[in-house]
Amino acid sequence: MQLTLGPVLYNWQPERWRDFYFRIADEAPVDRVVVGEVVCSKRAPFFEPYLPEVIERLAAAGKQVLLGSLVLVSLRRERRQTASLAEFGDGLVEVNDLTCLKSIAGRPHAIGPFVNIYNEASAAFHAAKGATRICLPPELPLSSVAAIAGAVPQVAIEVFAFGRVPLAISARCYHARLHKLAKDNCRFVCEQDPDGLVVTTLEDQAFLNMNGVQTLSHACSNLLGDLDRLKQGGVRSLRLSPQACDMVAVSRQFQAVLAGRVEAEAAELCLRELYPDVPFANGFLHGAPGASYVSA
Amino acid sequence: MELICPAGTPAALKSAVEAGADAVYCGFADETNARNFPGLNFSREQLREGVALAHRRGAKVLVAINTFPRAGAVDLWHRAVDDAVKAGADALILADVGLMDYTARRHPEQRLHVSVQAAAANVDAIAFYVENFGARRVVLPRVLSVPEIAEITRETACETEVFVFGGLCVMAEGRCSLSSYATGKSPNMQGVCSPPSHVVYQETPQGTTSRLGGFTINRFGRNEPAGYPTLCKGRFSTAQGAGYLFEDPVSLDATTLLAGLREAGVTALKIEGRQRGRAYVDGVVRHFRSVLAALDAGLSTEAPGLTAFTEGQATTQGAYRKTWR
Repeated sequence: MQLTLGPVLYNWQPERWRDFYFRIADEAPVDRVVVGEVVCSKRAPFFEPYLPEVIERLAAAGKQVLLGSLVLVSLRRERRQTASLAEFGDGLVEVNDLTCLKSIAGRPHAIGPFVNIYNEASAAFHAAKGATRICLPPELPLSSVAAIAGAVPQVAIEVFAFGRVPLAISARCYHARLHKLAKDNCRFVCEQDPDGLVVTTLEDQAFLNMNGVQTLSHACSNLLGDLDRLKQGGVRSLRLSPQACDMVAVSRQFQAVLAGRVEAEAAELCLRELYPDVPFANGFLHGAPGASYVSA
Repeated sequence: MELICPAGTPAALKSAVEAGADAVYCGFADETNARNFPGLNFSREQLREGVALAHRRGAKVLVAINTFPRAGAVDLWHRAVDDAVKAGADALILADVGLMDYTARRHPEQRLHVSVQAAAANVDAIAFYVENFGARRVVLPRVLSVPEIAEITRETACETEVFVFGGLCVMAEGRCSLSSYATGKSPNMQGVCSPPSHVVYQETPQGTTSRLGGFTINRFGRNEPAGYPTLCKGRFSTAQGAGYLFEDPVSLDATTLLAGLREAGVTALKIEGRQRGRAYVDGVVRHFRSVLAALDAGLSTEAPGLTAFTEGQATTQGAYRKTWR
């Protein structure tokens, strides 16, 4: 089982973003890293100047680098941006919307968790179009994951194993709306919340996290306790989604459990210290409400 | 522009056709369609009869098989496709690429529409469905402004269908797991959003509290009507403020935009609401029929009268107006 670091979903300061990846390159035991702005096209220009050196540093460290595509593409500018991913040298594009299949169909590519692959027929269709890796949608139960992995053994199946779960994407920017701004003049207020803005219910239950046009779970997915089931189900890779916590340490815990050096329970205690005050959840995998945590 | 109307039941289908629908859309009473609520939808026999009735009146029947087939159980969805074709459906509304692939191979003559659940929001995505499955029409997701829709219709030969009235999804359809996160039931998999089975109302000293899957979605004062706890239209709090953070409890009403949508080259107008009764179907269809007639005659299209059919007696033009974002 391998580890993939998913793209940073939040609006981090560009230098913080760059330094995050430099440290991942130097210290994190992950096999591959997905980079690029996938949530809001307006943020992309901030990171682009640093992208070449980030890719170079990650590649030099032996990581496979994938370039993630935008999740919701509606503007002409976004279509151009998406099409330009096809020029990404020998690297794989991770498709998050079918928009970019036009420019890369037939070439090997990866499918990200934002493309709806809920069954073996869809997985086989995409495999025939050149998909070599598929990170499945986070809401899929293990029974579906296993059925898909079993049906397309030539495709590396990945699941979302750590991080706040992306639950929805909208044309409307909720961060801007909250600050009484329009999306077109948002002043990039989402940068104030580098781990998303906590949304609580009127009875003070922490519920969701707002990240611009994206809505995430408040709970952090944690499939450490499910690794045996995932292995048996044919899953070949785990996705760790960057949060504003020590992701190098998080990836080390996952790697230690995978290598059999540490028990899952002990690693989980470490994760709770690394990412405090955030509940863990794995309900989706067990066919339960995604917010819930089902003990092994 | 064609008027496409919801038919949650055979009775609603009859009402819609009598009120002047050009086409109705409906689904089977199971998890293959995205409005999988108890007491709604069609048996195979009812669909055959519905198609016959609609065709006698010159109306079409579009069958929505627009959830994403469950892994290991895709046969159930294949049967739905085969049976809808056999029943004489004028088009199938599909969301899953595997199911589109099956339909295009098995029933190459069958007209295929891309469901809003497929979230095809631009020309390149639409081209994918046209080139791979011969899709003839795309139901556009509710994320586009009218000028953006015009650009799409200019650049694609595929027909476009847009929502003009009813419940408003504020998240891109087919890409939202909020309901699944709170309740374990998913629009994409089980065909339900914020399902009634997971709703609880509770009287508290502060008023009526509505909960969905254990999460408080709203609270209403003594004299305030308690609306349905649709997750994205609830009241929530943040460090920056509280209120309807995602969307108010409103309905979409694009009545005043019809001229612009026609100019934009839209082929069909869709009314949401398969879970609504005959009175809704009858009232809303007649309203849009008369506005379209006025539009064709070059008359004023300012036609009030839909308030009773809206959520919270309030409406929005949603993403059609760029400022909504």
